[in-house]
Amino acid sequence: MSELSDLYQEVILEHSKAPRNYRRPAGANQEAEGYNPLCGDHFTVFLDMEGDAIRDVGFQGSGCAISRASASMMTQSLKGKTRAEAERLFAQFHDLVTGKPGSSANDSELGKLAVFSGVSKYPARVKCASLAWHTLQSALEGSQKPVTTEEV
Amino acid sequence: MTTVADRSHVGLQAFALPAAEALDIAAIRAEFPILSREVNGRKLVYLDNGATSQKPRAVIRALSRYYEEENANIHRGVHLLSVEATEAHDSARRAAQRFLNAARESEIVFVRGTTEAINLVAQTCGRARVAEGDEVLITAMEHHSNIVPWQMLCEEKGAHLRVAPINDRGELLMDEFQKLVGPRTRFVAVTHVSNALGTVNPVKEIVAIAHGRGVPVLVDGAQAAPHLAVDVQDLDCDFYAFSGHKVYGPTGIGVLYGKYALLDAMPPYQGGGDMISSVTFEKTTFKKPPSKFEAGTPHIAGAIGLGAALDYLTALGIDRVAAHEHDLLDYATGRIGSIRGVRLIGTAAHRAGVLSFIHEDVHPHDLGTILDSEGIAVRAGHHCAQPVMERFSIPATARASFAVYNTREEIDVLVRGIEKAEKVFGR
Repeated sequence: MSELSDLYQEVILEHSKAPRNYRRPAGANQEAEGYNPLCGDHFTVFLDMEGDAIRDVGFQGSGCAISRASASMMTQSLKGKTRAEAERLFAQFHDLVTGKPGSSANDSELGKLAVFSGVSKYPARVKCASLAWHTLQSALEGSQKPVTTEEV
Repeated sequence: MTTVADRSHVGLQAFALPAAEALDIAAIRAEFPILSREVNGRKLVYLDNGATSQKPRAVIRALSRYYEEENANIHRGVHLLSVEATEAHDSARRAAQRFLNAARESEIVFVRGTTEAINLVAQTCGRARVAEGDEVLITAMEHHSNIVPWQMLCEEKGAHLRVAPINDRGELLMDEFQKLVGPRTRFVAVTHVSNALGTVNPVKEIVAIAHGRGVPVLVDGAQAAPHLAVDVQDLDCDFYAFSGHKVYGPTGIGVLYGKYALLDAMPPYQGGGDMISSVTFEKTTFKKPPSKFEAGTPHIAGAIGLGAALDYLTALGIDRVAAHEHDLLDYATGRIGSIRGVRLIGTAAHRAGVLSFIHEDVHPHDLGTILDSEGIAVRAGHHCAQPVMERFSIPATARASFAVYNTREEIDVLVRGIEKAEKVFGR
């Protein structure tokens, strides 16, 4: 059993209480819904895309502290990135929270997102941390169908 | 919530049993080996009994004994082991008959669990009764397992699923229910005890109303069988379903009770061995109930384990178990309900086994993780009852659910766990 404080790091708690970019950007032109049918977490991610680049990103919805903080910090890390860069970041984030052998926050582009490394010790919470990212991916693909954590 | 707390403490006195009749909870706990294990360095406090209960030695031993001494297929061998296995299996059916006070042993059909029982009834009796434009009536507090099979049937037949509403306490609105039993109603399916709210429904009254219109009633007893005495003849219900693993038995085994005349008239569910009288390529004749509904080699060990569990529960005395659990529920309602920031979900006058709640500062999922770090197992989520969550405009709840081996001290540990979660979230 790892320490609870590894999971509920101060910055995560802070983001969960005051999520950033909790809004629909005025210029949003792509969006997707994501939900976790196992726990009821439900988010919409909005993108303002300029060609292949993310000009602005926001989210709305409800969920646990981990999923809210993850969504909030995700939006902060995405502005100005291209679609390919965003997808690469998701891959690194996914490796981090699932504790993929060899994955390390140090040699990645994760930056502040590395605070989610504690999630890998809590397999039941991986879906909480990754819900917003799956939803982002769906929004990037312009998918009309809500994405769920049970399809991935 | 202070008033609730105060009231419940008064209520506890009224519920205290004379010492001679009270259960020896310490002795009962000693019969459940898993309760002595540690979780995350703490003594396990298992309060997720609504999901599945732990198993007493009597059940574990019955399973081992079957596999170590009696294992053979049933109803087909002339050799000794097969005879013994058949006897053990049949004796489990009689245990289920006694447990439900069914009139006949042949009214007990072994199934995988409550879900399969409901699907069986929907796909046989339901399919035969329900036609285009007809209605199936359920309630707003059903588990998904008592919604989806009926929804599938209605879809197939072009029938309508009607839902009787509940009030803010989580009680069925009987006047509305009565109005919804109409000329096109072909089936009523209702839970005995709500898994998400703990509400005990007035099943006898529901059955009387439905029968007044000639409508059969299926009762989902998954959350009732562990917590209160069930008498299917007194309830007069047509079908009653429950799962073995929630009444201290194994997973993968459950019971469907059905009135014999109905079972006899129903088409079979699955075809195969053990459910036939004779087979030619032209025609098969089916056995009588319950065999007609038990195609293939059954879960013999599971049935034997379930029989042991029901005998165990019966020996404790289901009324004494119910009184103990009622005391726990009252105590927990008082303690948890009086925490500032907690809202109880499901405050019906008659409840059993389950306390659902939300905290304004801590999401149920986070609460579940933090409680786990203290060795406390609760359920966090929608409890396979999404429409109930929608009714209360919440995404999820935390749920503590009780069994005979739980204690007031464990509820105190739960309260301290909730306080720890509040600290983590900086309250």
